Amino acid sequence: MHMADALMSPAVGGTMWAATAGLTVYSARKLKQEIDDRKVPLMGVLGAFVFSAQMINFTIPATGSSGHLGGGMILAILLGPHAAFLAMASILTVQALFFADGGLLALGCNIFNLGFFPCFVAYPLIYKPIAGDRPTEGRILAGALASAVLGLQVGAFGVVLETFFSGLTALPFGTFVLLMQPIHLAIGIVEGVVTALVVILVWKARPEIVEMAGPSRAVAAGSWRGVLAGLLALAVITGGALSWFASAYPDGLEWAMFRTSGKEELEAPGGEVHSVLAQLQQWTAFLPDYGFKAEEVPTASKEGPKRDAAKHSPAERWPAVSAETSVAGVVGSGITLAVAGLIGFGLKGRWRSRR
Amino acid sequence: MALYRAGRGSDRLPARRFLETFTVASPGASALDIRYLDIISSRDTSIHRLDPRAKLLTTLAYIVAVASFDKYTVTGLVPFVIYPVVLIALGDVPVAYLLRKAMLAAPFALFVGIFNPLFDREVLLHVGSVPISGGWASFLSIMLRFTLTVTSALLLVATTGFNGVCVALEKLGAPKAFVVQLLFLYRYLFVLGDEATRLTRARSLRTFDGRGMGIRVFGSLAGQLLLRTLDRARRIYLAMLCRGFDGEVRQAGSLRFSKGDLVYTVWWLGLFILLRVYDITHLAGSVVMGLAG
Repeated sequence: MHMADALMSPAVGGTMWAATAGLTVYSARKLKQEIDDRKVPLMGVLGAFVFSAQMINFTIPATGSSGHLGGGMILAILLGPHAAFLAMASILTVQALFFADGGLLALGCNIFNLGFFPCFVAYPLIYKPIAGDRPTEGRILAGALASAVLGLQVGAFGVVLETFFSGLTALPFGTFVLLMQPIHLAIGIVEGVVTALVVILVWKARPEIVEMAGPSRAVAAGSWRGVLAGLLALAVITGGALSWFASAYPDGLEWAMFRTSGKEELEAPGGEVHSVLAQLQQWTAFLPDYGFKAEEVPTASKEGPKRDAAKHSPAERWPAVSAETSVAGVVGSGITLAVAGLIGFGLKGRWRSRR
Repeated sequence: MALYRAGRGSDRLPARRFLETFTVASPGASALDIRYLDIISSRDTSIHRLDPRAKLLTTLAYIVAVASFDKYTVTGLVPFVIYPVVLIALGDVPVAYLLRKAMLAAPFALFVGIFNPLFDREVLLHVGSVPISGGWASFLSIMLRFTLTVTSALLLVATTGFNGVCVALEKLGAPKAFVVQLLFLYRYLFVLGDEATRLTRARSLRTFDGRGMGIRVFGSLAGQLLLRTLDRARRIYLAMLCRGFDGEVRQAGSLRFSKGDLVYTVWWLGLFILLRVYDITHLAGSVVMGLAG
């Protein structure tokens, strides 16, 4: 299941983007080391294959509902972990852009949940040991089933954690876990069976593809060290970044500037804008009847994110909203939407007449 | 991973399924949907002519700004509709199509969001005399975020095109291998999509009372498609080698980040900051209420 932008905080989204970007660079570098540019077109075409296979629905026995292929495990089995991760990342990118499945901020999370876990966890730790270098039909089935179930369980748990840390849902953690895990157990079993069926068919028709595609050197000691080092670095970055973002969270704006520019240079002009705006804010505060909320203005976070965090605790902010301001909010929303609509129609008219 | 969500239960009559196969409700329709988005993206408007990097950065900044609001914020988010509205107007994007596409992606946000009113029942504010709980406020906030972020992401592709987004990604530092196979994926999506549609149609025509719709038939269908795909990939690769492929896809023409692109980016970033800091909605509402009262 795809994470959605609407349920994300920028802190969680940004952390997962960073983790995914690191993994993408790592995988691309690994692929270059293998000097196997034969794989690049193959990856692209197989990515397209997963898409088109998703278009073929099938009925799930005993339920009457219909399912389709997820694809992460098939890619890992046919391409090996690094190439499969990149292919999965590009599938999810296309889904985010063209089907609005997930979203751009959630893209990091989705690639991590649906790419990292099947390719770098389930494939080398579950599928490889079970299926081995000399697969049989039974081994492929067992390996695919176990790895698909585990991959989806961990992935679903990732969704729960990411949603939970984003703090937008009111669902208690335990309830959310109990909702997500059983659903994904069922999805995982179906995915595993489908993966096994497809891989067995290919293996019977063209055994060299299955046996060549994931050579044992892909899980040689050297690359394992790499994966472990990567995971460790990831854990450190995630832990550090999360705590930093968490404390700075109320001031999402500075963070947004940092995120989009990638450097702090923009901070200085941002600060100026802030001080100008702060003056404006003081001016508007002379109109107290307008119910303008003074706490809404984030102060520059340099002075101390903790103080900001305390200041912005929702418990303190929300009860302060009076009935009049709420009505003002509804009226204002109507006005804002109308103005936006007018601007839209105005621009469209201008465009039409110019054409 | 639901890409095609239309439930196709086994209880349908063969004749009806036959009809569906040849109308827009068939699975192939979504592939055509991409095609339509692709067609829109090659229009020539002032938004389409902008540098892809400007549009990518602006979209990301927009989504981050929308996501950075507190969970109960509703009114603060409303002014942000200005961004999709302007892009739709200037980019000449059909609104109905965009919204229909956005709604297809709604289930997950809806599924998680709908629990908020159940668990968070504390009364947060009153609109007139109607009490509104925190759960409904945050649910409304989630759905508003959903609409804004999803339409802005779709608008990015509708006004930039997939190749444009890929070029922007590469210029902004994404690994080359990733971008190259992203381009491959996109190119072959259409070809393989057609093939999958043909397979589905052939299966539908031979299927009665839901037999043959099961997992086994799917396994061999997908396996056959995969074998064909692998052969195709090999032919493509050989053909590319013959034409001197060295792992790089070269784009015709060079990108130039012009002054107009800079103005566009700075204008939107500035507006997002302003809208993030000030609740324009409340201000407008208060002023009008003040005048009326």
